[in-house]
Amino acid sequence: MNIVNILRPLLPELLLAISGMVLLIVGAFKGNNASRLISQCIVALFAIAIVLTIFGPKNSNDILKDHFTLDPFVLFVKPLILFGSMIATIMAMNYWRNEKEERFEFSILILFATLGMMVMVSSNNLIALYLGLELQSLCLYILASFRKKALRSSEAGLKYFVLGALSSGFLLYGSSLIYGYAGSIHFEQLDQIIKQTGATISIGGTLGLVMILVGLSFKVSAVPFHMWTPDVYEGSPTPVTAFFAIAPKVAAIAIFLRLIQGPFAHLVHQWQQIIIVLSILSMLVGAFGAIQQKGIKRLLAYSSIGHVGYLLMGFATGSQKGIEAVLVYLVIYVIMGIGTFSVVLALRRQGRLIHDWADLKGLAKSHPGAAFLMAVFMFSMAGIPPLAGFFAKLYIFMAAIDAQLYTLSIIGVVTSVIAAFYYLRIIKMMYFDEVTSSLDIMSSRTLRVIMVMAGVFILCFFIKPDFIAHYARLAATSLVVYQ
Amino acid sequence: MILADIAFYLFASLMIFAAVMVISSRNPVHSVLYLILAFFNAAGLFMLCGAEFLAMILMIVYVGAVAVLFLFVVMMLDVTVTEAKQGFLKYLPIGGAIGLIVMAELIFVMVSWMTNPEFLETPLKASPMPDLAQTSNTKALGLILYTDYFYLFEVAGLILLVAMIGAIVLTMRERVGVKRQNISNQVSRTREDVLEIKKVATGEGINL
Repeated sequence: MNIVNILRPLLPELLLAISGMVLLIVGAFKGNNASRLISQCIVALFAIAIVLTIFGPKNSNDILKDHFTLDPFVLFVKPLILFGSMIATIMAMNYWRNEKEERFEFSILILFATLGMMVMVSSNNLIALYLGLELQSLCLYILASFRKKALRSSEAGLKYFVLGALSSGFLLYGSSLIYGYAGSIHFEQLDQIIKQTGATISIGGTLGLVMILVGLSFKVSAVPFHMWTPDVYEGSPTPVTAFFAIAPKVAAIAIFLRLIQGPFAHLVHQWQQIIIVLSILSMLVGAFGAIQQKGIKRLLAYSSIGHVGYLLMGFATGSQKGIEAVLVYLVIYVIMGIGTFSVVLALRRQGRLIHDWADLKGLAKSHPGAAFLMAVFMFSMAGIPPLAGFFAKLYIFMAAIDAQLYTLSIIGVVTSVIAAFYYLRIIKMMYFDEVTSSLDIMSSRTLRVIMVMAGVFILCFFIKPDFIAHYARLAATSLVVYQ
Repeated sequence: MILADIAFYLFASLMIFAAVMVISSRNPVHSVLYLILAFFNAAGLFMLCGAEFLAMILMIVYVGAVAVLFLFVVMMLDVTVTEAKQGFLKYLPIGGAIGLIVMAELIFVMVSWMTNPEFLETPLKASPMPDLAQTSNTKALGLILYTDYFYLFEVAGLILLVAMIGAIVLTMRERVGVKRQNISNQVSRTREDVLEIKKVATGEGINL
């Protein structure tokens, strides 16, 4: 077995890592003038990595297998992450150019963060999981405080760093307890060990499992570990917020799913209650917390907490159908996030990004196209048929009812009605309120293309809703295969 | 064996002495220097155990990086010892209690190991270990780290790279109005560019 064969499954990661370092050197020599070139290269790299992932090897080899796994689940999630990062990079390029604050490190950090996510989702043991998570988080901390002259940005970075380090500590401590009590860190071996002991684990192991869940809940910002989300979303530069909302969430949800459906699948009675509580709390906080919010980014933060609640509902089912629903939801969530943030990034007043929802008043008269697309995204997030967001929620609720989680489903439906209030309020502002101040015309063509494409996806999803569900089914099957 | 014993007692007693001096010396810079001494002696003890890799790591990481960092911090912050010593009696009970707990735990581990040696040996035997008579443990570690764990090793390297990028991105500022030397400009200057000779007529002055 020669070196090329050994490394073939790692090809997308290797491509990103090596070209990231090369681009770093280019940036170091050319300075910030090269930042556009570097960003364009990185967008192209993401596109190549998507192709390499989809058409590359379908499973890992013996040498890498202990740390690195490839299965339909990973192959479903990775392109989604890469796609999200690619769009986020394109949106960010545009933003920094308008702000005249281009710095070449930005896209490189996004690249390394994405690399961390890829390591994380294809990890096959707890060390690889932790290292991927840290690589990702470290980049995210830096990105949050990227605009170092702005106080809020530094605050966001610091807050995120302190709380993120704490949660990583939890995860690490949990991993060490799992290793100590189960005697392995490999996912398959852990699964075997837990199966052999009759689907139980000693009290120390349970504690470890709980701590790992806590660490991951922080990363996906599930209540009660969501405290950082509104502040970090608000304080970070807007394209960074867009990136936070799109890619890292997918990766964290994916690895969360992998852990509870892989090594800890037989401990379903241990984690199911925890997940149900997290899900209910997230949905409630997502629905009620957002009502008071005036800032766009704060509201989107609460909205994302709510979405995590629904995703966790899919986790709680513990069934293959639930996993499928989560994966479909993730795809739609990413597209909705891309669409919403592209509209938010496109609208400016006197050259500055708008900050409050109230700034959108009368948008339908000045920019009917943007207002229509925003309305589509908001309706979709609220879950109004026949938009994509409706199907996302529908699959989740169907899975939850199949798993006889009736209380959870009812709370989910009620909170989604409550959440519809603030989504609809935004639409009302855009269509029925008087214009208070005029917004600048969107100059960027790329942003327009992105938002139109996202809008078309959301609008036309109902024509062929099985398209994604098919791949999600394949992915879900591979995830539950060793149960 | 007598030589090893002498070395052990030398290192151990020096280390305890240095550790006591770390917390009792008046000058914080001296404290850090004693800390370095303690690290050196600990490295010596590791060497006596045959753990030469740990000894080297202790030298490189703790003495080379951590202690020097401490030294910088202490020198920059200008800590006054009298202030730091003020809470000594106040915190003595809780500090002493923590010390006693740690000591009790160590004694427990020792006793459980001495009464039941298999307790530790079974997991040690379960983990694959190369014959230490054949190979040094640095080599053994390297053989594992760069083969079985090369993937994790590389990812860890990337994390360090990102940390470095982050430190530079977040702290470097472009100063305006700084005059920098530009060697190519200096070298390419010619006499014609910068010198102009004018004849000044007496009593008339000159317009520049």
